[in-house]
Amino acid sequence: MTSLSNSNSPLARREALESRLEQLTRMIEIRSVEERIQKLFGEGHIRGSTHLANGQEAVSVGIARSIDPDDIVTCTYRGHGHALALGVTTVGVLGEICGRTVGCAGGLGGSMHLVEPAVGLLPTAAIIGAGLPIACGAGLAARTRGKDRIAVSIFGDGSSNIGAFHEALNFAAILKLPVVFVCENNLYGEYSRIDLTTAVEDIALRATSYNMPGVMVDGQDVDAVAAAMETAVARARRGEGPSLLEMKTYRYSGHSRSDPATYRRPGELDQWLKRDPIDILARKLVEEKLLAADGLEPLKAEVRDAVERAAQEVLASPHPDLGEIMSHVSAASADGDRRFAFWQ
Amino acid sequence: MAKIWVRQAVLRALDDAMKEDPDVIVMGEDVAAAGGPFKVTEGLLAEHGPSRVIDTPISEMGFLGAAVGAAVCGLKPVVEIMFIEFIGVALDQLSTQAATMRYLSRGRLTTPLVVRASAGAGQGFGCQHSQMLDHWFRGTPGLKVCVTSNARTTYGLLRSAIDDPDPVVVLEPRILYSEREEFEHDPAYRIPLGQAEIVRPGTDATVVTCGALVRTALEAAASSRANVEVIDLLTLWPWDRKTVAESVARTGRLVTVEESTATAGWGADIVSTIAVEHFGKLKAAPHRITLPDAPVPYSGVLEARYLPSATYIAEQVDALVSTNQPPLPWWRNAA
Ligand SMILES: Cc1ncc(C[n+]2csc(CCOP(=O)(O)OP(=O)(O)O)c2C)c(N)n1
Ligand SMILES: [Mg+2]
Repeated sequence: MTSLSNSNSPLARREALESRLEQLTRMIEIRSVEERIQKLFGEGHIRGSTHLANGQEAVSVGIARSIDPDDIVTCTYRGHGHALALGVTTVGVLGEICGRTVGCAGGLGGSMHLVEPAVGLLPTAAIIGAGLPIACGAGLAARTRGKDRIAVSIFGDGSSNIGAFHEALNFAAILKLPVVFVCENNLYGEYSRIDLTTAVEDIALRATSYNMPGVMVDGQDVDAVAAAMETAVARARRGEGPSLLEMKTYRYSGHSRSDPATYRRPGELDQWLKRDPIDILARKLVEEKLLAADGLEPLKAEVRDAVERAAQEVLASPHPDLGEIMSHVSAASADGDRRFAFWQ
Repeated sequence: MAKIWVRQAVLRALDDAMKEDPDVIVMGEDVAAAGGPFKVTEGLLAEHGPSRVIDTPISEMGFLGAAVGAAVCGLKPVVEIMFIEFIGVALDQLSTQAATMRYLSRGRLTTPLVVRASAGAGQGFGCQHSQMLDHWFRGTPGLKVCVTSNARTTYGLLRSAIDDPDPVVVLEPRILYSEREEFEHDPAYRIPLGQAEIVRPGTDATVVTCGALVRTALEAAASSRANVEVIDLLTLWPWDRKTVAESVARTGRLVTVEESTATAGWGADIVSTIAVEHFGKLKAAPHRITLPDAPVPYSGVLEARYLPSATYIAEQVDALVSTNQPPLPWWRNAA
């Protein structure tokens, strides 16, 4: 049943998302990978930090199923789920986070820097706001080269307070660029609740200043995410310009590996757990007769097993060669310019 | 003497400065209610209140610029940049505005501002969260730059930076925050900016280093066949020419050990100054041990090679002392 999801090809995994059941499977996969990452951290296989996105799976899968594999995506350090949804394999993600050659960046990047040009994913950025102007540039390149490709930039609520957010939205609006700005409003930026740092709690309102549609979306419902995306993507492809979508969502984990999230409002997490994105989609699939009434648990177990096999494959795989340190600094440093050719 | 974590030395310096001078304020992301992303400001909010310990949005340009304005108008802001890379989005306010305030007003306006940031590699934070970036500041007239190396130097440098009438960047190697050390708390203690320290006397070679590599260089010196003098430079600009020159005059050999890329590392300036002004004192060409000209890799195996280890430093120093020829760096040997 999950054979496509287990494919080694990011492109095939991406195309598999046309299936409703695959969408659910992928969301479960994201959750399982995040849980396995937490464990790998405890086991000492992961260095630095990791930023989990459990609770936000519907946003990832809703975006990925609404755009084409050669549309461009920029994203942040909270990117494991987006990378998996877009098609990066579990070995590609876990391998990168464990610093192995099988990782999608060959172990050079780590948790905050996942990448896969074959499905449009530029390296996820660890600097707040960095991806928004870059998405504008991708949109500009598409238009200038006469391609109907679009760019999507994914970022958090706290990131809407950085200059790059405002510059990018205005720039995209003025040039009518084919860009969809997707804000994942999970109510927190690090350890601060949105009301303490941000003048408005509905980030979509900020679209008004930049004369573009600003839409608030139920980020726990993959179909709501996809519907909002499809409207914004169609507008972008028609040459009518950018949109700002605000996905109302929640991260179940702390900001990063060392954060117990004691700053949450009492009861808040429990409220959100009642609207779990995996449960919401599973219920729909049961109604649609695509999933047996008792089908969710076996599916979860199956996915967990697959993720565990991927983790074992990663742990048995080699560390990078020392030569990698110098090999990718400029075209002169390795075997010439081997850049990925978008939209040939 | 009591043992403290190095990160508590930051807290003591900030707390003491705030107690002594009501104009000192602290700003940054999650520095107040949460006590700091690295817990270096824990308790400051309770002690000094929200008008002096200020949580900011993720708006580095906004709050660093506000600190510049506040400094010109009588406050002494200490701004935390969580990882030094984040100053990239705010650089104008520091290196173009703060650094030229005194110059453009012909001395009538000043910016007594401290930017303190965690910096450096070694913990697997990847290429966008692991650099020192001191070269972004060293080349800017009007800015001072120092690097802490333990609890004592953290306290002494931070207090001097806050006292200083001009903008100072204090880089705190993140990897040291969780070191536990003996520390004698004296609110009057200062390390004057621009003054280096000889942390190990020796006769065969002068190793100049700073930051987290001071520990590594001392370890290397202990295992080296040569009798190595180690200097903790502490302030990268303006650097202590006298201490370095006098040491080299005694040892005849200069080695810099830098957590900087080979190109634009601070040692280039030291080596050129010593070579030009003290050529006759040198028994061998000066030698620089640096990072390669490449981003910081994530993989632990690669990062361990990327940073100079004690063994590597000792090998390099021994080769220089025994042959008087500077050895090749590892990445050119491999090629
Ligand atoms: C320029 C910059 N400033 C600060 C940080 C540190 N930082 C990393 S994540 C984060 C919070 C971001 O919050 P939000 O945009 O809501 O995204 P979330 O983490 O909730 O997905 C901060 C402050 C950074 N990476 N870059
Ligand atoms: Mg957030």
